[in-house]
Amino acid sequence: MELIIQGFGWIFTPSHWRGPGSIGVLIGQHLEYTAIILAIVVVIAVPLGLYIGHTGKGRGVAIVVSNISRALPTLGLLAVLVLVLGVGLLPAVIVLVILGIPPLLAGVYAGIESVDPQTVDAARAMGMTELQILFKVEIPLGAALIFGGFRAATLQIIATTVVAAYFSLGGLGRLLIDGQAQNDYPKLVGGAILVIALALVVDGVLALLQKLVVPRVSAGTRNTRRTARGGVIPPVAQSRTLIKEGQ
Amino acid sequence: MEWVWTNFGLIWGLTLSQVWLSALPIVIGFVVSIPLGYLASRSRVARTILLSIGGILYTIPSLALFIIIPVIIGTSILDPINVVIALTIYAIAIMVRSAADAFVSVPEPVQDSATAVGFSSAQRFFAVDFPLAGPVLLAGIRVVSVSTVSLVSIGSVIGVSSLGFLFTDGFQRNFPTEIWAGIVGTLVIAAVFDGILVLIGRILMPWNRRGTPQLARIMAKRRSVVLQQWN
Repeated sequence: MELIIQGFGWIFTPSHWRGPGSIGVLIGQHLEYTAIILAIVVVIAVPLGLYIGHTGKGRGVAIVVSNISRALPTLGLLAVLVLVLGVGLLPAVIVLVILGIPPLLAGVYAGIESVDPQTVDAARAMGMTELQILFKVEIPLGAALIFGGFRAATLQIIATTVVAAYFSLGGLGRLLIDGQAQNDYPKLVGGAILVIALALVVDGVLALLQKLVVPRVSAGTRNTRRTARGGVIPPVAQSRTLIKEGQ
Repeated sequence: MEWVWTNFGLIWGLTLSQVWLSALPIVIGFVVSIPLGYLASRSRVARTILLSIGGILYTIPSLALFIIIPVIIGTSILDPINVVIALTIYAIAIMVRSAADAFVSVPEPVQDSATAVGFSSAQRFFAVDFPLAGPVLLAGIRVVSVSTVSLVSIGSVIGVSSLGFLFTDGFQRNFPTEIWAGIVGTLVIAAVFDGILVLIGRILMPWNRRGTPQLARIMAKRRSVVLQQWN
């Protein structure tokens, strides 16, 4: 516990907030990397997820790919790519994009899939085009799960950026790697505290954003349908049922 | 390839430590999550509290958690127990949600019948709720297993030995073969663990062998019941 206090002491030492390697600069770098990578991930994963969710095509492939990517060790992937492509931002960006896509992809297609087929059929019967169904029915109703995928991808990227510091990338991970190398425990622990704080703050901001932006839907999507007991039928069990029902 | 054979002893040793460091969190996480998940499936307040705590803990990046845990519990920073505890925390954070969903998926009429024919709550839990929650529990622990195996290797950044050592060592020696060996090894362990879990599921839930016909039937019925109540 003593070290926690020293860690906070390290964070609140004014000199650590000045100069090129200061805490502020590292936080800025971390957020910058996260934003750039997230933008690439969104551009790739969202259209793909919408397509898979709406048409149901490629669902099996998407599940297999996301399972394999979950098993892939971040550190090994980074190490290999850095050796092949050389130290710098590019290999890290590639690995972070590879690891950031699956959670968002899964969130998007699960969100679209979670919309009750009866609702979609009703929209189609009213004469909506497929694009109208997607944008006016499926995306709003699946928004909670889609946004959940976005949050998961964001956290994944923040966490992997920390590890990428081992391969000379900037960001808050520098404090952990350098602190460890220099046997500077206050710096190491202070860095860990900052990383945790950054992750919690970013996720908190996104949670708040979700409350403000994402429409609250109480009926029409399967994942929020209530049972007689007042519980919620879990999406896992529902999708299982649906697969069996041949949808 | 030749490197792999000449260093087989090293790789095997690292594989064993990786197996231990990931098997312990998976097993402990499962055991701890069952009662917590059951609690969360019974009480809305418990569900909210447990899932919020789980969500917050899961938010913490692994490397930071590996460093903070020894500081809090007073172990050495190189102690493998830190990695085990951190990964157990993640395992519980994911698994409690799965377990809660699993127990909610047990159809209420079945539970009521069990009570009606005289099962005590403990009997009902072990003979009815737990087996019927099995398929969803299995799906949850498979996710936990895969992500735990891949997270262990990050511990090598702070010097906890596992196949991750091949990543840091291979990088420092500029030797991709060594890194590939580590990546393949990690994937093999993940696949073997997954196979074992599926096998355990088949042995313990023989009715579940071809997908989940029974559960699906029950769920389909339940859905139509729910729909009737809605309409």
